[in-house]
Amino acid sequence: MSSGSTGPGFVPAPLAQLPWKTLLLILLIGGFGLVVLYSAAGGNVRPWAFSQGIRFVAFLGMAIVLSRIREEFWSMIALPGYVAVLVALILVELIGAVGGGSQRWLDLGFIRLQPSEFMKIFIVLACAKFYDMMPPNETRRFGAIWPAVLLIGMPAALVMLQPDLGTALMITAGGITVMFLAGIPLRLFIGGALGLALFVPIAVNYLLHDYQRNRVLIFLNPENDPLGTGYHISQSKIAIGSGGLFGKGFLNGTQSHLDYLPEGHTDFALATMMEEWGLVGGILTVIAFFLLIRWGVQVGVRAQSKFARLTAAGLATTIFFYVAINMGMVMGLAPVVGIPLPFISFGGSAQMTVLICIGILMAIDRQNRIKESW
Amino acid sequence: MNGGRPVNGASQAFSFSRRATLLGIGQGAVGLALAGRMTWLSIAENERYKLLSESNRVNLTLMPPRRGWIVDRAGIPIANNRTDFRVDIIPDRLTDKERVLPLLRNLLAIEPDDYERLQRDLEGASGFQPIKVAENLDWERFAAVSVRLPELPGVAPTRGFARNYPSGAAVAHLVGYVGAATAEQYKETKDPLFVTPGFKLGKDGLEKTLEPDLRGRPGAKRVEVTARGRLVRELETRPDRPGQMIKLTIDAGLQAFAARRLGNESGAVVVIDCRDGSILALASMPAYNPNSFSDGISQIEWGMLSEDDHLPLTNKALQGLYPPGSTFKPATAIAALRSGIDPERTVNCPGGYQLGNRFFRCLGRHGPVNLHRAIARSCNTYFYTMGREVGMDAVAEAARQLGLGAEYPLPLPSQRYGTVPDPAWKQRKYDEAWTQADTLNASIGQGYILTSPLQLAVQASRIASGRGLVPRLLADAPVIGPALDVPPERMGMIRSGMDEVVNGAGTAVRSRLQLDGIRMGGKTGTAQVRRIVGGARGGLGVPWKYRDHGLFIGFAPVEQPRYAVSVVIEHGMSGSGAAAPVARDCITYLYDREKAYASLDALEKGWGGDIETRMAAKEREYRLARLNPAPPETETASIEGGSASR
Repeated sequence: MSSGSTGPGFVPAPLAQLPWKTLLLILLIGGFGLVVLYSAAGGNVRPWAFSQGIRFVAFLGMAIVLSRIREEFWSMIALPGYVAVLVALILVELIGAVGGGSQRWLDLGFIRLQPSEFMKIFIVLACAKFYDMMPPNETRRFGAIWPAVLLIGMPAALVMLQPDLGTALMITAGGITVMFLAGIPLRLFIGGALGLALFVPIAVNYLLHDYQRNRVLIFLNPENDPLGTGYHISQSKIAIGSGGLFGKGFLNGTQSHLDYLPEGHTDFALATMMEEWGLVGGILTVIAFFLLIRWGVQVGVRAQSKFARLTAAGLATTIFFYVAINMGMVMGLAPVVGIPLPFISFGGSAQMTVLICIGILMAIDRQNRIKESW
Repeated sequence: MNGGRPVNGASQAFSFSRRATLLGIGQGAVGLALAGRMTWLSIAENERYKLLSESNRVNLTLMPPRRGWIVDRAGIPIANNRTDFRVDIIPDRLTDKERVLPLLRNLLAIEPDDYERLQRDLEGASGFQPIKVAENLDWERFAAVSVRLPELPGVAPTRGFARNYPSGAAVAHLVGYVGAATAEQYKETKDPLFVTPGFKLGKDGLEKTLEPDLRGRPGAKRVEVTARGRLVRELETRPDRPGQMIKLTIDAGLQAFAARRLGNESGAVVVIDCRDGSILALASMPAYNPNSFSDGISQIEWGMLSEDDHLPLTNKALQGLYPPGSTFKPATAIAALRSGIDPERTVNCPGGYQLGNRFFRCLGRHGPVNLHRAIARSCNTYFYTMGREVGMDAVAEAARQLGLGAEYPLPLPSQRYGTVPDPAWKQRKYDEAWTQADTLNASIGQGYILTSPLQLAVQASRIASGRGLVPRLLADAPVIGPALDVPPERMGMIRSGMDEVVNGAGTAVRSRLQLDGIRMGGKTGTAQVRRIVGGARGGLGVPWKYRDHGLFIGFAPVEQPRYAVSVVIEHGMSGSGAAAPVARDCITYLYDREKAYASLDALEKGWGGDIETRMAAKEREYRLARLNPAPPETETASIEGGSASR
């Protein structure tokens, strides 16, 4: 798209402008994910690795295309897009109510859309847009808070109804991250955190029925439920713990291959991986994700406009939440909420969401570099 | 909410980068926490989780040990094992009942009523008790299930051993049967073997009492299994240690013959070796088939067995108690001899005995009888007289000396003592004084006195040997046989009277042995089941259940007794007609099998085949009757009279 080629180069400018380090990192993680899925299927590209690979390439291509879109466009569609996704969420809820039971899909005939996935992105865009439009001196007022809370609250509540606790958590966390970055007074966050810390135990103890309290307790400590989620957790810990430093070796995992580890190709793919690759594989994965997220936050720090700053840091943090919640969940540090590990877990929607995030981040990054090179 | 300091674009950018740094620090901290957790799990707790993953992967399956054989005195198996392909369901692991059961039904071609039984069993099933789906499968059907195991959670096909009783019903009451452990037994022992599919323990008879010796030690197989229990590969196997072989004193051939010879009658045969007290046969018929019992039986089979008035579920040889009738007379005779009564003294028999205003009948008018004739002709009058003269205490003591009213140290559950009455006993039990009439009744084996076929056989063996033989069933049991304090020549007199019963002018002459040079001595008995009204005996004219029992005790050869036998035929009407021929054929078998089987084959043709054929026919009839019940029969033959004279 840019006219002048910068300097003499064999490589055409558009290619040269791609953030190769980042792409390499993503290719590494994604490729490793395919290896893990290959093993999870017992040394077979079907049923998972092959289709995941195809999708990965397609979505990566899409991300590169997105990276050519100017920041102004993202800024322009932030709010309309948010409203559209919100409407889609309401539609899903209505269809579910009519059809009986809950629903997460919007079946358009040629594609099944999961609006809640898009909301993870648009909540960040919309909050960023909101604070972008707000005059700087307003941010410390009450008027800077309630609209954002509303922006976050509506979709989060709708997704909770589905009920999809994991996604609702991610939407809330993404929105609050942007609020935090926008400069909402720290004491609010600290106060809110304290308030929650006080309120939740009281609510659990006095407002809930016994069975509801039990569910909360199991949610907080799954190992109390050895037959349900507790089974997932303990099997996953066994897989990770038995891997040791270097793992049992590629294709030698017993937990995954003998079906002891439930969801070994989706939410618990990290456990499948660490059983065979050991602590080394786990630490390398953490480092790779850390580098990717750090790159995203850096993109935000380098960005010029407030919208771009908030968006970039917010989207990077969205990826961070994916990784942190999933890993914590697999290792028994976080409740089991059904959030996959980007690039590694089998499944299209999370892959798509994360690569859209990457695409927008690359777009902002590109703009930053163009501006810097001026 | 109005903050203190003014906020503008530049300061906002600064605040952003400060907060972005905070965010980065927070993310880094979380990253470190995750890395730390990974390290903790995979380094610090590595050992523990390795063990757990190993115990997941490797499943220790127990293989029920092969049960020890039970063999007869010559080593012929009475109970052994055969290879068995079976399929069970572990209710705990059965997740998808609606899908799995119909699939199993098709794979195994389960019959409708077996399928019903399976569903009923699963209703009341507790978690750990395996529920039998099918046993004795052929290889094809067994393989069909094994192959599809991944889609059949909770289904466990095993290749094991099943208990096998070659003689079937003939040994049912002797060895009992085996079956799966109950939930209570498992809770008591917590032995994982108890819930291993295919494991069975003794439920009755020798199988139950000798359980510790017969069980053995289970084998173990380490296999790699998936979470759904599908077997991936076998790792190592420890063979089982089979249970001990138990050798009995039983003669398996005689046992089978005796059971078959009882035919359709309800009765018992006991044969004892007079040299050492070895029990050679202990048969009680009709019986259940221990082979099918060990597999668990259907409601219909159970109903058929428990409603049968011939009591196939009762071991009559040990638990059937009958007034011994005239077979008791030798005991009264011994009491008389021990009290110094001259055996040549004669008593005149006018056809009965007058006691006060009551007249006690004899079986005939025997005229003058001495001991020898009294036994041969079974003259009540003689024994009434002797019983009165020596008194009941002396008669009871003689009876106890001959082994009546006692339990023996046999590895069999639930023997019954029976009753040898005496004045003190009656006072204890009924709080009534002993009367002369009681003495008269007891002297001829009627009234309060009750004995079991085993006791009668012991009595016969003690009369035959002159020793207080204690019956033995295990080949390695000690031989106990102290001399009785009856002079041998006097015991010989009683034997010669019994010789005449069969071979002279006695009651059982039709039952003499058709063997060269071997004679059987014995004593017939007919025991009243109820008080006889108007002089009628409990014969053909009354319903089966009111007819008299037929009894016989005997020994052979007369000169040097080697075998003692007792036969009781419930409601057989008379000892000479029903019981003595059975004893004759059993003794004949011991000397000449071909001859014995020739007469048995002729009889079985008349009865409608051997035991199994008849049992199968009976079951078919019963099923039919259950399906289309006949209108209830009105009892036409109404019998007057009181209670049984027991």
